[in-house]
Amino acid sequence: MRRDSCSTRGGFIPGNRELANLNSPRPTAEAKPARDYGEPMMAHVNPILPDDTVTGRSLLAVVAIMSFLAALTVGAVEIVHVAAQEWRTDVVREATIQVRPMPGRDLDADARKAAEIAQAAPGVVEARVFTKEETERLLEPWLGTGADLAALPIPHLVQVKLAASATPDFDRLRRTLSDSVPNATLDDHRGFSSRLAAISDTVALTGLALLALVLAATVLSVSFATRGAVAANRAVVEVLHFVGARDSFVARIFARHFLTLGLQGGLIGGAMAAALFGLARLLSNVLGSFPRSGDAASFLGHFALNARGFLWIAAIAAAMALVTALASRITVHRTLRAID
Amino acid sequence: MVRFENVGLRYGTGPEVLKDLTFSIEPHSFQFLTGPSGAGKTSLLRLLFLSLRPTRGLITLFQHDATRLRRSEIAALRRRIGIVFQDFRLLDHLTTYENVALPLRVAERDEASYRSEVVELLQWVGLGERLHALPPVLSGGEKQRAAIARALISRPELLLADEPTGNVDPALARRLLRLLVELKKSGTSVLIATHDVALMDQYDAPRLVLDEGRLYSGQ
Repeated sequence: MRRDSCSTRGGFIPGNRELANLNSPRPTAEAKPARDYGEPMMAHVNPILPDDTVTGRSLLAVVAIMSFLAALTVGAVEIVHVAAQEWRTDVVREATIQVRPMPGRDLDADARKAAEIAQAAPGVVEARVFTKEETERLLEPWLGTGADLAALPIPHLVQVKLAASATPDFDRLRRTLSDSVPNATLDDHRGFSSRLAAISDTVALTGLALLALVLAATVLSVSFATRGAVAANRAVVEVLHFVGARDSFVARIFARHFLTLGLQGGLIGGAMAAALFGLARLLSNVLGSFPRSGDAASFLGHFALNARGFLWIAAIAAAMALVTALASRITVHRTLRAID
Repeated sequence: MVRFENVGLRYGTGPEVLKDLTFSIEPHSFQFLTGPSGAGKTSLLRLLFLSLRPTRGLITLFQHDATRLRRSEIAALRRRIGIVFQDFRLLDHLTTYENVALPLRVAERDEASYRSEVVELLQWVGLGERLHALPPVLSGGEKQRAAIARALISRPELLLADEPTGNVDPALARRLLRLLVELKKSGTSVLIATHDVALMDQYDAPRLVLDEGRLYSGQ
């Protein structure tokens, strides 16, 4: 038996105009000319959920901080992972021929001969005999400076650089070498490479485990902070519920509100982490120009985060927003069920 | 419109707070619900407002069995009922206009389509000059009228009011009562929960008296 909705409130409001004077002696709408309630006056409509609240700001801070930490971890893991890959590739792309002194043989000529043989092998980009100075520098940590190497039976080394895509036939090269230069041995770095592979795999796995822990902590803290923020808005949930809002409507406005909040927090945290990596890259480039700074660079490749790393950081920011929206949705549904 | 048959209610495993309630609310009716504090008035209003389910008995609301309603149906039925809470429950970050317009906003109506309705209703309850005021700066009487306006804006068929004059002086209470009587004349069924005997004496309407969870009819 619903009444038909009237086109104007005039059909619904009883004619007793005395009611308009309820707050007398306050001047009423009837006592003063009616104001213009047109478009410009109502243009701004406050959002149903309050924008700027203490819990909202706290949640924003939590999301930003946790996104920052997660993005830092993701970036660091990516840097270590890329660096470990590069160590392995660099080591595998090189081989060394060692020419030992042997009575009755010309060591210099043997070294040159070995380099020529290696240079002729397929897949070899360059074969170069280490100069006397380079050898001295290699031995410097053990023998000190100014040692007379001529008096010592020091082997000569030939550095063999391999093409990036080629897989040279080391066994054949080894046979050719032993036929022509019997005092030469070829080290293809395979033993070192496999040990390095194990180390870099361990480092990458440790990084991933740390990342999993940080992400779990992030998801948990962000969802708990979101629950707190939704709980602070319980009065809004109740009123919406009692004025006839559908559960889906309430959940939607909360999810939208917290998605925006999560995106803001994620972007702030992600941008801070990205800026920090950018700054670190700049600093490592500046510091790299100083002497004796090559050790760290050789390990971490100038601490540079690649494009994939920055994409990971963006993904973290987006994930934080989704976690926040999802947590708010779940909490709102739980709150709605608790009201009735 | 509303029919209670042998309705009982208990919270958890506690004693029954409402016992064997049988009554009905007819269209275009006006009734008081009264009784001492703690008699169960608010619990009865919550049953009427589908905020609680009875532990026994049958409640029929707009031809629907209230115990078998799905959540989506409850929201639709609530839009046919207006409720004025004792503590107003206005949202402090929304203006008077926005608070009153809230039921239409949650029904996802376009703001331009209801603006004049809301302004007119607010003028009718004497809040035409307080459209943009936030609840914290409204007086108790103004909040009360804003809460009543919010309950009325979606043209409910049934208006439930919990102590609607509990926070205002006797003169304003009389005026608010006149407002509610006018509503009844315009076709809305009104049920007012109050323990203000002086208020009830001003209007000759049936009284449902709750005492220790049982309902007695009076005049």
